[in-house]
Amino acid sequence: MSESNIIPKWLTVGVIPLINLFLAFCVSGLFIFFIGENPFRAIFVMIKGAFYYPGAIGYTLYYTTNFIFTGLAVALAFHARLFNIGGEGQAYVGGLGVGLVCLIFDQHVVGFLVTILAILGSVFFGAIWGIIPGYLQAKRGSHIVITTIMFNFIAAALMVYLLVNVIIEPGQMSPETRDFASGVGLVQLHILAKYLGLEMAMSPLNLSFIVALTVSVGFWFLVWRTKFGYEVRSLGHSETAAIYAGIKVSSTIIIVMAISGGLAGLVAINELLGVHNKLLLGFTAGYGFTGIAVALMGRNHPFGIFLASLLFGALYQGGTELDFEFSSITREMVLLIQGLIILFSGALAYMLSPLVERVYLKYYGNYNNG
Amino acid sequence: MKTIENKEGNETIDSLPSSTKPAIELKNITKRFGHVVANSDVNLKVSTGTIHGIVGENGAGKSTLMNILFGLYKPDIGTIFLNGQAVDVNSPEKSIALGIGMVHQHFMLVPTFTVLENAMLGNEGSMVLKSGEKVVLDRLKGLSKNYGLDVDFKAIISDTSVGMQQRVEILKALNRGAKILILDEPTGVLTPQETIGLFDILRSLRGQGVTIILITHKLKEIISITDTVSVMRGGKVVANFSTEKTSPEELAENMVGRKVLLSIKKPYFTVGKPVLEVKNVSHESKDGVHVLNDISFDLKEGEILGIAGVAGNGQSELLDILSGIETLQKGQITVNGKTILPYQDWNSKKAREFGVAHVPEDRHKRGLVLPFYNYENSILGYHRNEDYSSGFLMDKRKILNFVDDLVENFDVRPRSSSISSGKLSGGNQQKLVLAREIESNPNILLVGQPTRGVDIGAIERIYEDLMKLKSKGTAILLVSVELDEIMSLSDRIIVMNQGTIVGETNSSHATELDLGKMMSGLEQV
Repeated sequence: MSESNIIPKWLTVGVIPLINLFLAFCVSGLFIFFIGENPFRAIFVMIKGAFYYPGAIGYTLYYTTNFIFTGLAVALAFHARLFNIGGEGQAYVGGLGVGLVCLIFDQHVVGFLVTILAILGSVFFGAIWGIIPGYLQAKRGSHIVITTIMFNFIAAALMVYLLVNVIIEPGQMSPETRDFASGVGLVQLHILAKYLGLEMAMSPLNLSFIVALTVSVGFWFLVWRTKFGYEVRSLGHSETAAIYAGIKVSSTIIIVMAISGGLAGLVAINELLGVHNKLLLGFTAGYGFTGIAVALMGRNHPFGIFLASLLFGALYQGGTELDFEFSSITREMVLLIQGLIILFSGALAYMLSPLVERVYLKYYGNYNNG
Repeated sequence: MKTIENKEGNETIDSLPSSTKPAIELKNITKRFGHVVANSDVNLKVSTGTIHGIVGENGAGKSTLMNILFGLYKPDIGTIFLNGQAVDVNSPEKSIALGIGMVHQHFMLVPTFTVLENAMLGNEGSMVLKSGEKVVLDRLKGLSKNYGLDVDFKAIISDTSVGMQQRVEILKALNRGAKILILDEPTGVLTPQETIGLFDILRSLRGQGVTIILITHKLKEIISITDTVSVMRGGKVVANFSTEKTSPEELAENMVGRKVLLSIKKPYFTVGKPVLEVKNVSHESKDGVHVLNDISFDLKEGEILGIAGVAGNGQSELLDILSGIETLQKGQITVNGKTILPYQDWNSKKAREFGVAHVPEDRHKRGLVLPFYNYENSILGYHRNEDYSSGFLMDKRKILNFVDDLVENFDVRPRSSSISSGKLSGGNQQKLVLAREIESNPNILLVGQPTRGVDIGAIERIYEDLMKLKSKGTAILLVSVELDEIMSLSDRIIVMNQGTIVGETNSSHATELDLGKMMSGLEQV
């Protein structure tokens, strides 16, 4: 029947992405070679930077946390065949939620409670930033890709305005709020380890990582085990069949975008509650956009997203090291490598499948036929 | 036994009076998709100036074979000969250049272009359109007169009838110089009268030396128009016949590989009280076209009411409204004593709650989510039911138990709960949809095109299931473009034309001719 169903799943989910990754590294290696550096040494430095030095793994997992949140956000929307490009803006506005909750309550309420409220605030504000494009898509037919992109700009402009004019710490120049009160925030894991009498190198990795893992499990449950997930997937595969099944298309779209925005908003807890301890400009740093690649590479499945997030986390962290170690390899070079990985595992994800299919059939085809 | 048949068939074809070299000869054609063998060692010979029929169930390999001949697929093994010359048909362009024309089941016309603009597409006469138009128009007029292809060259395609669109397709092929014409299921969208017209055209084309390959699953048509016929099954040509020496029964037997009985025993059931009453329903489509005008009828317990009509005369919209997919705009519907008024909250979910089940016309678009596993599809529309869920969670074990029984009781093959429904054959997909709807214990079942694209073996089974349901007292509304089906299953038949009910008749005294006249809107009864 359909050609793509011939080869087994382990090939499409396991082998092909690995080959794509390998190709991306090969091409990156060529570039590094052309600027006169040794690609093998570069790779070595990158891996060491991402996993070997004290605290490296912590940094890698700290980036991973952001990618899990935005990757899941994009993936959920994908399941309803919605292309949510607005993860960046939703994360940003999620930060506003965190900031407002902390600034309003941290002087009056115990830190633990403020933290909980701030987490809810990030989800709630992110959700609102998802609901508006969702509503416009569902009720007015405005294409979600266009509106979510626009909402990224609106979010950026809004945050600049607020941080420069409204919630800036009085009497200082940089557009940041004051620090949150000392009891507020998500504890970093190396501090937690110290309490438990364990030795752990310093890194920004914090409890958000645990939240991300929990949310991943919840995501799987929601999509594959609940009635709502069933409806979302029906809608994603076939809107006509969903209508036939009595599924309310517009409300499903709006709810999906709310959850998607909420997931993206959680980036703010990692960045603001876990690390910066205040609201500041540009803390999202492109995590929302990279989430698209993460979701693509992770095949919209939480486990795949975890692996893809880990890869991108390692690239971010290892890339910094690369920048540091080689004078000729700049931050832009690292971006190039990331770009190539996105190109090969996202945009060209299926480029090699006919080849792999042919090779597989040549050696195993008859075996399976019998 | 089979081989003897084969030989006899081939001999008769060879002995037909014709030019020395056959127009088309396919030798040892094999085509695989992965490990699916779509065509296996197919040999076919069609003499010049004859009409050759190819029959076979869905998935027998007819379309693949024709797509190979038309250059859409490349065969893995095998050679194509045209007039005795081995040719390499590697693209549709090449095949058109070699004089092969194809009229697809779904027409390939630009709806906003005129008939002339469409017919000249691909052979425009000259670089400058205006001067080319004149040349082509003269040529087309000649062709049109020659073969009785009556068209209005100035009309816009979207305003013309399906029959005329088909004639435009044939003209288009002839304008490109086709000497061999492949027609894929050409009569599916035509009224019986239009079919007769088409066959006259085909005969006149044959008279002037055009070779025609006709793919169809309607055996009666094969018998009435073709000179020779090949039967395909499982990717192979299993038999060749000279048409005058065969019968529909023999063809059917060869198609399925066993004897088939398609006569239906209607169970006796005293028709009860009306459960579905439709009163003065009118409907306007999104583009403002009146698709339904003042439709009224009722449907009683244990009754099968057939709605006959050429596709696109409002039957689909009627099904959509009754099943809650479309909003009711005007009129009123009473379902099991509950009345639905225009713009009231009426949707598929509610329809199911009221006991209306729906086997939709298009199982790919509506009835199934194709990438879903069978167990997921087995509850589509009923997934909120507490039998398959607890709270907001789905109960996978209960669903699996349910689907195991379902595929067993309704003979869905393969009997697997965890195969994507998209991988099932058309017949098995339809059995799955029907099974799901029947298992919901409806007292009204809406059925659209129950056997479209379904093989004969599965048709038998589907008819049986419908009859069983009728004998339990379920009211069934059957919409089909297959007149035979409507006539043999229904107790009562209403005929629709352009959104209006143009006639009603009891199935015992309906004839195909009368129904055909009503369907074409010629006669009101």
